[in-house]
Amino acid sequence: MPEKSGAEILIDCLTEQGVDTVFGYPGGAVLPIYDALFQQKKIKHVLVRHEAGAAHAAEGYARSTGKPGVVLVTSGPGATNAVTGIADAFMDSIPMIVLTGQVSTTLIGTDAFQEADTVGITRHCSKHNYLVKDPADLAATVREAFTIATKGRPGPVVIDIPKNVQVATARTDIKSNAPNRFHAAGEADYVAINKAVDLLANAKAPIFYTGGGIINSGPQASTALRELAELCGAPVTSTLMGLGAYPASGDAWLGMLGMHGTYEANMAMNQCDVMFCLGARFDDRVTGRLDAFSPDSFKVHIDIDRSSINKTIRVDLPIIADVGTAIQQMIDVWKARKYKPQPLTEWWTRIKGWRAVECLNYPASTVEIMPQFAIERLYAATKDKAPIITTEVGQHQMWAAQHFHFDAPNKWLTSGGLGTMGYGLPAAIGAQMGHPDALVIDIAGEASIQMNIQELGTATQYRLPVKVFILNNEWMGMVRQWQELTYESRYSESYSDSLPDFVALAEAYGWKGIRCEKPEKLDAAIAEMLAYDGPVMFDCRVSKKANCFPMIPSGAAHTEMILNSDEVSGTMDDEAKALV
Amino acid sequence: MHIKEEISERHVLTLTVDNEAGTLARIAGMFTSRGYNIDSLTVADISEDHTTSRITIVTKGPPPVIDQIIAQCERLVPVHKVTDLTEAGPHVERELALVKVNGSGDQRVEAMRLADIYRARVIDATVSSFIFEITGGPAKIDTFVTLMREVGLVEVGRTGIVGLMRGSEAS
Repeated sequence: MPEKSGAEILIDCLTEQGVDTVFGYPGGAVLPIYDALFQQKKIKHVLVRHEAGAAHAAEGYARSTGKPGVVLVTSGPGATNAVTGIADAFMDSIPMIVLTGQVSTTLIGTDAFQEADTVGITRHCSKHNYLVKDPADLAATVREAFTIATKGRPGPVVIDIPKNVQVATARTDIKSNAPNRFHAAGEADYVAINKAVDLLANAKAPIFYTGGGIINSGPQASTALRELAELCGAPVTSTLMGLGAYPASGDAWLGMLGMHGTYEANMAMNQCDVMFCLGARFDDRVTGRLDAFSPDSFKVHIDIDRSSINKTIRVDLPIIADVGTAIQQMIDVWKARKYKPQPLTEWWTRIKGWRAVECLNYPASTVEIMPQFAIERLYAATKDKAPIITTEVGQHQMWAAQHFHFDAPNKWLTSGGLGTMGYGLPAAIGAQMGHPDALVIDIAGEASIQMNIQELGTATQYRLPVKVFILNNEWMGMVRQWQELTYESRYSESYSDSLPDFVALAEAYGWKGIRCEKPEKLDAAIAEMLAYDGPVMFDCRVSKKANCFPMIPSGAAHTEMILNSDEVSGTMDDEAKALV
Repeated sequence: MHIKEEISERHVLTLTVDNEAGTLARIAGMFTSRGYNIDSLTVADISEDHTTSRITIVTKGPPPVIDQIIAQCERLVPVHKVTDLTEAGPHVERELALVKVNGSGDQRVEAMRLADIYRARVIDATVSSFIFEITGGPAKIDTFVTLMREVGLVEVGRTGIVGLMRGSEAS
């Protein structure tokens, strides 16, 4: 029986798993794998400019396609540079396989050149990780890694492969007989589903609080959610990660909930009688002050991860299942019992009252571009093109979540849990690789975009027509906003000094650069960006003072939203200051 | 503002895990990274084919935290089963300690007498010292060690707790 090298076995396994794209950066400890890549044609390698970019690009690819993203980096700094992206994927449940080179097994532990304890460093920010010490173990490891990354609650899996294991050979005809040791929750228990459906049918003020789990469960989960909402007539809100699962144009849509969610969504969460948390995890950005979170509701929580149940909020009916399957089961039971939608007239009347507050209104200006206005115009110009939107982290991200509206899943890629500045540009590159014909726009801030600005070169190299739309207010806006709320406007290090000329920078990388400073010129400038068949960096100079409202301030309840800047007091007690 | 402490309960957890590199680090590190306590931890291979280990962890925390600890353990790939012995009902807990004392005359006689009462065995002796081996529940060992401090305690080695459910079923 012929033998193959570890590197060749690895490439065979990736091909077997249906991998068509790998994001990576070569280095000493992965040279054998890069040589094996060179000698095949099935897998396309995307050369990033920094390993952090590779990890975020793989996330963008995964989030937009539903397939696992694959990263290939070298040992030591290659692996440590990828750690932020691994942690990001872990927090946001993104399926990802990270292949890291390692020094030879004979050198491990000797402080060898470019040695780092990659499995040690990534142990608690990955779903699982491996150090492969024999090429004969490689195939079984890669297969299990893909299962773990994609099944159950998805997440990143790291495979650390020493250089001598890449070079050494092993027989390829040995099938692993290791039992499958990873089991994911699937169908829900029908006793619980029956109870949930009864609650839904009899609720006077129900609400669906949906999350990224619905996106991860697949497009059929979004379809099922729409059907269930239609059947029962209950309102729907979503976390940041779940935007697009229920269409923003749908009648039952309340907008996003949480710290920068809508007034109607947060009030409805507070006042509901039965809450259906579907694939969300009661994150602190969603709940506000825990003891004031939806105090009188019966809480049903459907989640695939048992550790999400009762982690921060005690729930009354936990259901551990794949959320898409569970929603479909609820639909089946609803139909079998011939339930009819309740009018919920009183509930919807109250919601209409909250909607009438028009919490997303902002002071208009004819002199300067309001950032909210910029997002609105971008949305108006692109909504018919079904764009994929990525973001960085900060005010621009929240404005995008509030004012850009999503009607389909997998179109909104943002760093929610970890809140990683520098995510958006590489994620856009990854999404564009997965969707060559789609319109992909990174809505960015002038500070965040600089965190992975080197990836401009990657887009140029692969002729990826991504658009970067920078809301440039010359401030780390969210930091400044918190300093205004909490520290009496002492602006400690939050000004974006010495900014580059973004137009010139874009041109230096072979991109088109556009700058717009006047509201009356915005539509034309956006049209120019969209008409250009290549990457564009759009420096949108927006109002420097605008802040992101509405907002639940730190340590406050859903009912204590700040609706506009007039309500900002400028100080906070220590208990509130200490919360994140 | 001051940091508040919550009221904790002591729980004994047993975990059935794959006997492979990194499993112990994964579990112990998870406790650290999520801010959980470990009072004692024991681990040993328990299977005929050396593929499975049993870990006994004594931890403490408020009940919701204990529930979360169990869920987080179960989430780890090499962990196959987690049992909360404290919650599951009647169970036995045992620990082994080696206790070295040094002394002469009455002190030495008193050490021997106490050891006899506590059913500790002498497993090493010199003209001036003993090493006692004692097994029992943690409270018994605590008491024995406290007594030995009075009669020339030199050092103690303790294994940490192992536990099993009472009755015929596996835990």
